Amino acid sequence: MSEVIHADHHDDHAHGPAKGLKRWLFTTNHKDIGTLYLWFSFAMFLIGGVLALVIRAELFQPGLQFVQPEFFNQMTTNHGLIMVFGAIMPAFVGLANWLVPMQVGAPDMALPRMNNLSFWILPFAFGMMISTLFMEGGGPNFGWTFYAPLSTTYAPPSVTYFIFAVHLMGASSIMGSINIIATILNMRAPGMTLMKMPMFVWTWLITAYLLIAVMPVLAGAVTMMLFDIHFNTSFFNAAGGGDPVMFQHIFWFFGHPEVYIMILPAFGIVSHIIPAFARKRLFGYTSMVYAVASIAFLSFIVWAHHMFTVGMPLAGQLFFMYSTMLIAVPTGVKVFNWISTMWRGSMTFETPMLFAIAFVVLFTMGGFSGLMLAITPVDYQYHDTYFVVAHFHYVLVPGALFSIIAAVYFWFPKWTGKMYDETLGKIHFWLSFVGVNVTFFPQHFSGLAGMPRRIPDYPLQFADFNMISSVGAFIFGLSQVFFLYVIIKSIRSGAPAADRSWEGAKGLEWTLPSPAPYHSFTHPPVVKDEEVLG
Amino acid sequence: MKHQLLRIFGGITALLLAGIATADELNLRVGVTDISRQVYDLHMTIFLICVAIGVVVFGVLFWSVFAHRKSKGVEPATFHESTKLELAWTIVPTLILIVMAIPATQVLVAMYDTGGEDMSIEVRGYQWKWQYKYLDDDYNNTLSFFSVMSTPRDEIYNQSAKAENYLLEVDEYLRIPTNRKVRFLITAEDVIHAWWVPDFGIKRDAVPGMLNELWTIVEEPGIYRGQCTELCGKDHGFMPIVVEVMPEAEFDAWYASRVSSESVRQETIANALTHEELMAQGEAVYGTYCASCHLANGEGVAPVFPAIAGSAVAQGPRDDHLSLVINGVAGTAMQAFGKQLDSAQLASVVHYQRNAFGNDVGDMSQPQDVINLSNGQ
Repeated sequence: MSEVIHADHHDDHAHGPAKGLKRWLFTTNHKDIGTLYLWFSFAMFLIGGVLALVIRAELFQPGLQFVQPEFFNQMTTNHGLIMVFGAIMPAFVGLANWLVPMQVGAPDMALPRMNNLSFWILPFAFGMMISTLFMEGGGPNFGWTFYAPLSTTYAPPSVTYFIFAVHLMGASSIMGSINIIATILNMRAPGMTLMKMPMFVWTWLITAYLLIAVMPVLAGAVTMMLFDIHFNTSFFNAAGGGDPVMFQHIFWFFGHPEVYIMILPAFGIVSHIIPAFARKRLFGYTSMVYAVASIAFLSFIVWAHHMFTVGMPLAGQLFFMYSTMLIAVPTGVKVFNWISTMWRGSMTFETPMLFAIAFVVLFTMGGFSGLMLAITPVDYQYHDTYFVVAHFHYVLVPGALFSIIAAVYFWFPKWTGKMYDETLGKIHFWLSFVGVNVTFFPQHFSGLAGMPRRIPDYPLQFADFNMISSVGAFIFGLSQVFFLYVIIKSIRSGAPAADRSWEGAKGLEWTLPSPAPYHSFTHPPVVKDEEVLG
Repeated sequence: MKHQLLRIFGGITALLLAGIATADELNLRVGVTDISRQVYDLHMTIFLICVAIGVVVFGVLFWSVFAHRKSKGVEPATFHESTKLELAWTIVPTLILIVMAIPATQVLVAMYDTGGEDMSIEVRGYQWKWQYKYLDDDYNNTLSFFSVMSTPRDEIYNQSAKAENYLLEVDEYLRIPTNRKVRFLITAEDVIHAWWVPDFGIKRDAVPGMLNELWTIVEEPGIYRGQCTELCGKDHGFMPIVVEVMPEAEFDAWYASRVSSESVRQETIANALTHEELMAQGEAVYGTYCASCHLANGEGVAPVFPAIAGSAVAQGPRDDHLSLVINGVAGTAMQAFGKQLDSAQLASVVHYQRNAFGNDVGDMSQPQDVINLSNGQ
């Protein structure tokens, strides 16, 4: 009997990654799939970034210089779609793949084969979407929000490919979410109760439920578009008795939870990094969990604040204004808790901490502009201007994106067993920090002065701020190429990392060797409060 | 290395400050209506509350970054929760939000008071122009016209210097009187547009199949400019809104003469025109209504906007060509221009298309042909 167990055990250790391309195509390992997700999202990030630079180059000066308006619209649309669905979301799924099993003390994800499928759908989805740019008539040109009837009756023929690509992305997200929920609920080490789970695991659990709730809504919206385009239905066609505004209600019922899908995991990441470098336990763990849950709940009842100018009755406007303002409360709680964690800590400022502090400051600024946008009567003046562009880039770039970069630097030693170059990391931080602010801060001013979004050319009074913004965009873009250099250099020649790579790092993942073994925890670890709660 | 970085950083900061110093506007416009002033005050109130919160919150954060460093030999404290604090920073922000919500509600309620208007104007968005229709029973609703951007292509393509109101100039202004309550009924013909005049503090989406209401009372005569603010396709950036606010007496005089000149034009509209007259008028109509899709040289943008040069329609039977322009093509961006242009404009633009861009059909299209065709249907 004991011999059998021994043989099993031995087998387990011999099982390493396959060699060559097969390792990546057929892998069911959470670390390999996490790596695939992260490199995929970085590639999408660079492509989406190039599209953004086309936009900024055209807007450097008034007049049309480089591209025609119809191509410009394809750039704004695909920049948004690629960054949201191709860069930010897969990056967070990649981080979840790497971290959730290690943080809950599991050997792997609960559903490894589905994990493989949910990743390998994505290259096809995005390959199809990007290929539309080369088709006759061009790719999607109706904005990432694809409002009907511009995206139905008036869309280019390639819209059908876009619809299919969105379906694939949705399927991938839903499968990824099911996997994450199954892992978190079933595979925690004994003793890790829900209220002892690491914050990243908590935020991803809630995010995964949000995804499962709203991705089918998006699928419904694009399916109705498909029917309007090909089967003569009139869901969104006013001439046939349909309603273009209904499209917006459905889209934003998906879209608003979607924006929290892109920020909740970021909250989780920052809640690990700040305590580690402040060498102090996270302040208000319980209230952090409740705050995330409240934000998730509120995200379902605020959608129409994206549509204040659409012509709703007064009562509707007031409801959505009040509910939107309420979101400031749990979000504020989170910011206050992070600052209290820093307060009277013993802080050092390595690259992940720099990105995390920049996150807290700049995300909060995006929060302030969000609060201003929630005030319906003044939103009429801000709506669909560059003020909105500045707002959501502040929460998505120094918000979601900075948290992803911070996570990469923070867990890099655990993933690779190597330390990144601290000097290069700090240079990357400062270049990104300067770049992001030079790009997006002036957009507040051009928006207040009255510059509409999504225009390829603009009246002369907006020229100065657009020029500054374009300079900043190129600084930011190049600094992300520098990030690629830092990462490759560190993978090749970084100094060996300790198991607990940071003095203040707490959590089960830091009890594993660096680099972490192929199967994280083959035996459930003992969960000690001082390890999991900090 | 560090020096160079500092220099780059300094350069960017200088550029940023220079930008701020030379920019025309840094803040929302106060505007010229009671509503726009209320909106501006509300904007400043919320903004200053945010700044005050920001100063406190970031102040604490930066003090902590400055003081609580390991390099200063600080030992980390061990506190990690406080129910009192959590309650405090839940309740205090809620109270601040209530303080913000009260004036916001008041302004919003005032904006929704659309009744008691002195006159109504229908605003209809088209790809990519605005149509204004004065809804006036005395004149049998006869006055309606299109307002199309008049900035020349040479300016857009940097072949000539840009005028002061670059992209903000139209061929005919919407004119309204001072001190009267004007109600706008906003809708659209094809896709969603949005009608916005920043100085009035009003913006509303123009949605096909829906009629949205807006109103304004302007005290200051002047010319006020805005732009479409909902992505509506290729030329979304090129459909400005220009409103001229005239003193009441001046407006009444203008309105009466505009209506009578319109009725004179209507009476003579069926008169036959010469080839030269048709070509001249046709070229002007083509430039305003057709060139944004089919291009000034008639080459189009395949496959969405077909070429007119050498096309089967423009060289085929005349009545088929006319009826395509009049009725449009369902399910495409080709609009039914019968609703937008009068018979003289329709006849001349079709005549022009059949005898320009290398097309050389040689037949004539007269206003009477358009009228006959429309009556026959």
